[in-house]
Amino acid sequence: MLLSMEHLRKEYPNGKIAVDDFNLQVGRGEFIAFIGTSGSGKTTTMRMINRMLKQTSGTIKINDKDISKMDPVKLRRSIGYVIQNIGLMPHMTIQENIEMVPKLLGWSKEKRAEQAHKMIELAQLPDDMLQRYPGELSGGQQQRIGVVRALAADQEIILMDEPFGALDPITRESLQDLVKHLQEDLGKTFIFVTHDMDEALHLATKVVIMSQGKQVQVDTPENILRHPANDFVTNLIGEERLIRAQPNILSVSQIMLKNPVSITPDKTVDDAIELMHDRRVDTLLVTDDAGVLQGYVDLEDINRITDPHTAVGDFTNRQVFFVKADSLIGDTVDRILKQGVKNVPVVDKDKHLVGIVTRTALVDIVYDALRGAPEANEEPASPINADIHAAATHDEGGEIPQ
Amino acid sequence: MMHFLATYGTQLIAKTGQHLYISAAALALGVIVAVPLGILLTRMKHGANFVITLAGVLQTIPAMALLAMMIPIFGIGSTPAIVALFIYSLLPILRNTYLGMQGVSPTVRDAAKGMGMTWWQMMIQAEIPLAAPVIMAGIRLSATYVIAWATLASYIGAGGLGDFIFNGLNLYRSDLILGGSIPVILLALLVDYLLGKVEVAVTPRQLR
Repeated sequence: MLLSMEHLRKEYPNGKIAVDDFNLQVGRGEFIAFIGTSGSGKTTTMRMINRMLKQTSGTIKINDKDISKMDPVKLRRSIGYVIQNIGLMPHMTIQENIEMVPKLLGWSKEKRAEQAHKMIELAQLPDDMLQRYPGELSGGQQQRIGVVRALAADQEIILMDEPFGALDPITRESLQDLVKHLQEDLGKTFIFVTHDMDEALHLATKVVIMSQGKQVQVDTPENILRHPANDFVTNLIGEERLIRAQPNILSVSQIMLKNPVSITPDKTVDDAIELMHDRRVDTLLVTDDAGVLQGYVDLEDINRITDPHTAVGDFTNRQVFFVKADSLIGDTVDRILKQGVKNVPVVDKDKHLVGIVTRTALVDIVYDALRGAPEANEEPASPINADIHAAATHDEGGEIPQ
Repeated sequence: MMHFLATYGTQLIAKTGQHLYISAAALALGVIVAVPLGILLTRMKHGANFVITLAGVLQTIPAMALLAMMIPIFGIGSTPAIVALFIYSLLPILRNTYLGMQGVSPTVRDAAKGMGMTWWQMMIQAEIPLAAPVIMAGIRLSATYVIAWATLASYIGAGGLGDFIFNGLNLYRSDLILGGSIPVILLALLVDYLLGKVEVAVTPRQLR
């Protein structure tokens, strides 16, 4: 583990407990977001990692070395640090700002300058900006510098304390993309404090939800959306965001009905009619003995058959639309709805029939998602839908080989 | 005027030199003591108010009284004058140094520390450069005070341009009064102007 935090506790002299029994293992290249209300201890926890604060008890190890036994100045030089109010030195040029930690580490002038050019490129800012002063840059540009400054000495871990809180939404998004890129492409490890749930869910590989100094839930964004640990988490995420996220986190298997009515091809028309009557359905899915989906028969087909002893297999519709159990609802909902069928069979990866999705269940979810976000209520124009529909049919439906 | 310069020119130059020497020495001492003290005060949780109030009390002692008080301790001459003026120079420098250092944004301090600067590096590379304009303004204010009050130093035998003024008063000679006071005014204005330039020079480009 790159960073390991065990039983961290921070108690202030006035008896206030800021952090209580905090445990976290962070691997290389992870993006950890600490999120919680103000006073939840998220910033306090982060600041203990570079010893800006000292824990009352518990240990923090970086690469298995206890940081309390390290020189705090050396430790801080090895950890990137980005704060909300940017924290560039206003009396230094951008270049001097970027070169700050390399200079403290005693890098040569040439190596520092080379690094400064590299960093400004990474920040996607023009090279001549190096000679400017922070005050001459916009807030977003300044924070870009703040971010790359934290990497200038090849720091592995970067701590960020609500770095984009003061920026407008568009600038914030472009900076989020920048740090995501740094994490994904350069393999940097981020510890990121935020109170913006969208930001946490968008960036993090692991979200740490904190309340009153305690960890409430530690999990991937998907799992947190799928299984919020308690009401606090639900509230923090927001009812609306949970509903909106449903199509993107629920898989087909979670909303399907299990035990669909099915029949094997060797049964007769009589058997089929009896089964339909018993289960009060007008369609039967046809599977072979191993449970592999073959097709379907419906009441109309049966009506046309005069000989009651005809085998089901002889008039099975092999043109059947199906979906895979592990696909996300968001990805398949369009295809299902546009097929215009009432029910869609669900199969596993070997085409075994495992369940059925009803149109009603789907519509409920889609409707909730739309109602949860009225501004996202922009259905694409119908010709595009037709395209998707055609593509979808080609993709997953089609003839089933016998 | 030409007549005045022809008669007293050499003396004028010597007195101006004395005046400058007394003022500069007092101011230099003031800077040497008050700037570090002001910085030190920002590092202490308590005591800053007490020290600044004390400097304020010293400031309210009448100039003549302070100069006179120096005689029993240091005798007469330039030494007691320098010490007295040094005491006067303390407050503006001390107060501005303290305020300037306090005024450095906590964000900058946090960032500097968080990136791994030592206590000393933080002070030299971040805090003092950022506080420099305010500290310089205090030094500039002290300089004008000290030059003006150095006139009184002639009373305790320290010399300087005050000699002209007091002689003029005793002899009821307005040319001597003016011949002493005009150079003092010019000197104060000139020093203020020059230190103003220094103040601009130490102000970081973007903060100007």
